[in-house]
Amino acid sequence: MTSTLTISTLTKRFGEVAALTGVSLTVAPGERVALLGHNGAGKSTLMKIILGLIPATSGEITICDAAPGSPAARRAVAYLPENAAFHPALTGLEQIRHYLALRGESPSLAMPLLEKVGLGQAARRRIGTYSKGMRQRVGLAQALIGHPRLLVLDEPTSGLDPISRREFYALLDDLAAQGASILLSSHALTEVEARTDRILILSKGRLVAEGSLPDLRRRADLPVTLHVTARNGYAPDIVRALPGAILVDGALHLTCAQGDKLETLGRIAGLGDKVADLEILPPSLEDLYSHFSQGAAR
Amino acid sequence: MIRILSTAGTEFRIALRNRWVAIALLLMAVFSLVLSLAGSAPTGGLGVDRLSVTVASLTSLSVYLIPLLALLMSFDAIAGETERGTLPLLLAYPIARWEILLGKLIAHLAILSLAVLLGHGLAAAVAISTDDTAIQGLPALARLSWSSVLLGATFLGAGYALSALSRRPSGAAGLAIGLWLGLVVLYDLALLTAIVADNGGWFTTTGFPIALLANPADAFRLFNLTASGATAAAAGVGGAADAIPLWQSLSSVLLWPLAALALAAAAFRKVTP
Repeated sequence: MTSTLTISTLTKRFGEVAALTGVSLTVAPGERVALLGHNGAGKSTLMKIILGLIPATSGEITICDAAPGSPAARRAVAYLPENAAFHPALTGLEQIRHYLALRGESPSLAMPLLEKVGLGQAARRRIGTYSKGMRQRVGLAQALIGHPRLLVLDEPTSGLDPISRREFYALLDDLAAQGASILLSSHALTEVEARTDRILILSKGRLVAEGSLPDLRRRADLPVTLHVTARNGYAPDIVRALPGAILVDGALHLTCAQGDKLETLGRIAGLGDKVADLEILPPSLEDLYSHFSQGAAR
Repeated sequence: MIRILSTAGTEFRIALRNRWVAIALLLMAVFSLVLSLAGSAPTGGLGVDRLSVTVASLTSLSVYLIPLLALLMSFDAIAGETERGTLPLLLAYPIARWEILLGKLIAHLAILSLAVLLGHGLAAAVAISTDDTAIQGLPALARLSWSSVLLGATFLGAGYALSALSRRPSGAAGLAIGLWLGLVVLYDLALLTAIVADNGGWFTTTGFPIALLANPADAFRLFNLTASGATAAAAGVGGAADAIPLWQSLSSVLLWPLAALALAAAAFRKVTP
């Protein structure tokens, strides 16, 4: 078994506007991949092309050895659109039963699915009465139908509270453990940080960075921030010992390049009892994201 | 097959909740009752049974009401999905576009059939309860019933096509009303005007019958009036029924639903979510 999704030199133009240019990527079975990018970077367009909803201008895509939009590919792929919408006159249960039937599964599985996403109580109420978070859960429930080989999730956690998000990622972990590939886009960078194997950064329709988080950190080579708390009265000594440190709210803030990190730590350790506490802050995903997006813009 | 039936079931449920089922049934029942009660007054003199007279009036009613009901039910079918944002997800499912259309058609056609059966059943009950010979009119009523359903299918297909072309429910509604006015109301007026202006020339002898057969609503009226020999009871454009053979109007009644649905499928195929 090779990759679940393979895209090579994909280009999509809307008239004169290039929405995607030369995008190539692969997603392996069981891999969780996050797609990051500004609004209009091409995330949703890429997803719609993968689903076969819109045709690519050029380039090749295969999903489990099938072409996007073909019956075989549609059976293998589950989709959760951004702002999942459903007919307001149907109940959650009726909607999920219908989706089960469309995938050739037994409609009797609807209730367990809704319970899995925490909608058991509201299953028999009309979707028109649901909150945005509840509609999003209906969307999640339908994406879990059957055994999709690839889940394409557009902003899946928007509208969910922090606890629901954690439950949602736990569901994804289970699916990935069973071999499903997951391609998701998100604006909530901190949750992506902890819950995905690989990150793709899309900027103006081009793939500007790809790799695991430690990978991207190493490549970006952004400075590390150190927060040093001095014991009473020793702050001036420490400032003398660590050139470049500045005093902010009683703590000393210091930045150094990745390569100088250990040397700097050694010097702080050498100060002995004068240091009360030390915190090391690696560059956040936000920092990496803006580094790579701006790098592409230049 | 399961996919089509599930779509049909879901659409029927939505129509039930949106009151379309109630509206269609009520309209057909009320109008059929009014016509069968009012139409029973002048029977004796014409020498035909009550139900046959009622069928002639019901034909004229159906020409207006069935297309209207069909267009009202269908204009939202695709434009509504686009506007609600439910179309991309639906099209990502392993269901073909023609299967979606067919599912919706089955549901809407079932509602129309129920309304037709209810209306015509009431009319028959009224006629037979007051006139024993009215049973002779049942074949004509049955013919009216199935041709009404076919007329409905034609306008459902036209409604789906407009819905796919306009992308917005408001635009689709406007186009649907325009189509109804054009084909059902203005078309006949235009033909009559043309005949008067033509004064017995080529249009009256050759163009006019073709123009009638080309319009599904007119073909439906011609077919029912010719078949029941009720041209005497009909007025206006219906009076031309004698001049056109039955097989021609029957062909138009049978072919139009297929043409309209093919049009709808072609229009839906062009929609990009």
